[in-house]
Amino acid sequence: MALFKSITIGQYIPGNSTIHRLDPRTKIIGTVLLIVLLFMVDTFWGYALAALAIAAIVHLSEIPPRLVLRGLRPLFVILLLTVSLHLFMTEGDPIFRFWIVEVTWQGLSRGIMMGVRLALLVMGTSLLTLTTSPINLTDGIEGLLKPGKRIGIPAHELAMMMTIALRFIPTLLEEAEKIMKAQMARGADFQGGGLLQRAKSLIPLLVPLFVNAFRRADELAIAMEARGYRGGEGRTKFKELHFGRRDAIALALAFGFVAVVGLLF
Amino acid sequence: MAEPLIRFEGVHFKYNPGTEREWAALQDISLDIYPGEFVAVLGHNGSGKSTLAKHCNGLLVPSSGRVLVAGLDTKDDAEIWQIRQTVGMVFQNPDNQLVATTVEEDVAFGPENLGIPSKEIQARVDEALRAVGMEAYRLHSPHQLSGGQKQRVAIAGMISMRPRCIVLDEPTAMLDPEGRREVMSTIHRLNKTEKITIVHITHHMDEVINADRVVIMVDGKIALHGTPKEVFSQVDLLRRLHLDVPQVTALSYRLRSRGHGLPEGIITVNEMVNCLCP
Amino acid sequence: MSIVVEHLSHIYLEGTPMAKVALRDVNLIIEDGEFVGLIGHTGSGKSTLVQHLNGLLMPTSGKVYVDGVDLTDKHTSLRAIRQKVGMVFQYPEHQLFGETVYEDVAFGPRNAGLGEQEVEARVKEALGMVGLDYDALKDHSPFELSGGQKRRVAIAGVLAMRPAVLILDEPTAGLDPEGSADILGKIQALHRAGRVTVIMITHSMEDVARMATRLIVMEHGGVVFDGPPREVFAQVDRLKEMGLGVPQVTELMHELHSRGLPVQTNILTLDEAEAELVRALELRRNGTV
Repeated sequence: MALFKSITIGQYIPGNSTIHRLDPRTKIIGTVLLIVLLFMVDTFWGYALAALAIAAIVHLSEIPPRLVLRGLRPLFVILLLTVSLHLFMTEGDPIFRFWIVEVTWQGLSRGIMMGVRLALLVMGTSLLTLTTSPINLTDGIEGLLKPGKRIGIPAHELAMMMTIALRFIPTLLEEAEKIMKAQMARGADFQGGGLLQRAKSLIPLLVPLFVNAFRRADELAIAMEARGYRGGEGRTKFKELHFGRRDAIALALAFGFVAVVGLLF
Repeated sequence: MAEPLIRFEGVHFKYNPGTEREWAALQDISLDIYPGEFVAVLGHNGSGKSTLAKHCNGLLVPSSGRVLVAGLDTKDDAEIWQIRQTVGMVFQNPDNQLVATTVEEDVAFGPENLGIPSKEIQARVDEALRAVGMEAYRLHSPHQLSGGQKQRVAIAGMISMRPRCIVLDEPTAMLDPEGRREVMSTIHRLNKTEKITIVHITHHMDEVINADRVVIMVDGKIALHGTPKEVFSQVDLLRRLHLDVPQVTALSYRLRSRGHGLPEGIITVNEMVNCLCP
Repeated sequence: MSIVVEHLSHIYLEGTPMAKVALRDVNLIIEDGEFVGLIGHTGSGKSTLVQHLNGLLMPTSGKVYVDGVDLTDKHTSLRAIRQKVGMVFQYPEHQLFGETVYEDVAFGPRNAGLGEQEVEARVKEALGMVGLDYDALKDHSPFELSGGQKRRVAIAGVLAMRPAVLILDEPTAGLDPEGSADILGKIQALHRAGRVTVIMITHSMEDVARMATRLIVMEHGGVVFDGPPREVFAQVDRLKEMGLGVPQVTELMHELHSRGLPVQTNILTLDEAEAELVRALELRRNGTV
């Protein structure tokens, strides 16, 4: 059981901070702006100001900073790879040379900057999921995509898919664990062997998992139909989104900050 | 008696018609279900009881014959959403009918589909959760609940649509005894206090003894139909149909056939005790 | 072959805020040839307990020995143990994966490293044990079978390993009365033929009253009662308090007794109840005439 339970996907820390109470659409736009900003800036001061902004948001959100930093852990390898790639592959004034490897001043600064950019990106986006419940996030995405309906973006359908996925992830993880145990009881081994062997050993896990998922999908579709579901047309929302004054202020601040920092640094 | 709420008129239904795998799941079913009734439908797997259930709200429509819900023909596409709002449906697998990630959002799903304004949805969700005794769990996610609790949420998801009838297709088949008790007491309470018509499909004999009427399905036909007492008097026939009877029913039948004067149709321990020790 | 459980405790997610004690200090010896009925509420620890008996779960503390072999020893081959202690999970048909019935049932024996000839013999034997026609079904896809047949194929998949101990977690869950009676009949036949020791988790008091030689009742992760069904079911009040109940005929006899009808209360089955009631009623008739 501990096997899968330790994974938390898009973990959400409930709270009632200023950031928590913002409209999810505001937070999504803010996150997009942050991403844009991080790709615009290219100087030490640019990164420093972006980092400062993130720190300020973390403070306002009342989320323990170590939780935000923990989001970096799974990315450690990628981070390391990014830094070292730039470190070794950038041409310029050499700091030292070892065998065919050459480390340059330009490489060092680029490596660090790239690493910082990636880390800030991850921290910024994880702030979104840390402060927004999955339902809110889905509602937010649906709300933002709604104007796109005219050009054929299926806003409601995408949001529905996300909701159902979120609803069934724990169910499917539990089921996967049960199937694994049942096959292990028949002598299956999910660890040993080479790559090919290991891929083959997954068949007794994956086949039933898929078969059951299709059966679930079938039954769920019938149940939804019985509950009067016929797509997004004419549907109302239980919890309506409210774009308030606080959101307007937050968005104005975000736009201003990105414009100033992005263009100047 | 009043107009029937659901009326089956000579209903036949075939799966995969015109193919090699054609299979007549319902054969000439005529049945009236009246407002406020608690009707139990009993039968083996493959007896057609689930097919019957799916005809009650137009999820399936007859190959021939017709089904009327509050006077509306289920074949009439224009009326189908009105019919689904009149007759709600709860299914066997508690996991595969909850859509949303929290209990209250799930209960709101039906009213959202009906286009009810947000404020009123709130009131309906509160009312529905209270009716099944799940108010305390409104912010829980479905996978944190027991099977019986999930089924109660599924029932609440129907109640929030304010149906006149709820059809439950083997809602207890995957539950433990505690979950079964929860579901049974919930639907009996809804029937008594909210006057919601209940059609309860099951293969558990002990779940039909408190029904107003029992319909026994065999091979797509109605084999037996009556009050629980009338049905359970036919121990011989039930046995021939490989249907279980409660132990006390079987016991009183055996004693009767050995000359001990017990009345027919004993279905509970209390009844038997009262007969033997008046 | 015996199974010995000593001071077994299990805590899920130990050391986290979600830690939950699932088993506390369980001690058991299960001998060859027993038919153990394991009953208790959902969450009482039944499923956790049986998953320790073939090493799918490891104790937080305590020991489990199968045939004298310590399962907690790092050098123990759990694969070998799992061939001896077969386990049928709840809704086992949800774990079918083979392209054909044959392939699915052969999975266990193949994992045991048996030759193809032996595998075939095992598959034939196992399908026979659950009452399925080998020649008619072996090349069928298991997904095309009926619900009851799927369940039997899944059980055959465990029997094909020729386990000495067969653990079943609610083998009749979700089946109709006919399907249930059929599966239980097959399990009882295997046990009677002396082929397996059975440990069966169930919610049906009627079934264990009829079939089990020993009843273990669990509550809150501990063993509350452990003995022959007749002894355990004598605790009517305590079992009812636990929300478990007793067979309907047992309850009936207790009620009749308390209303003054001179009947024995240690009755477990319909046949016993019939004989006892006939005796008591005839006595009363003769007395009052």
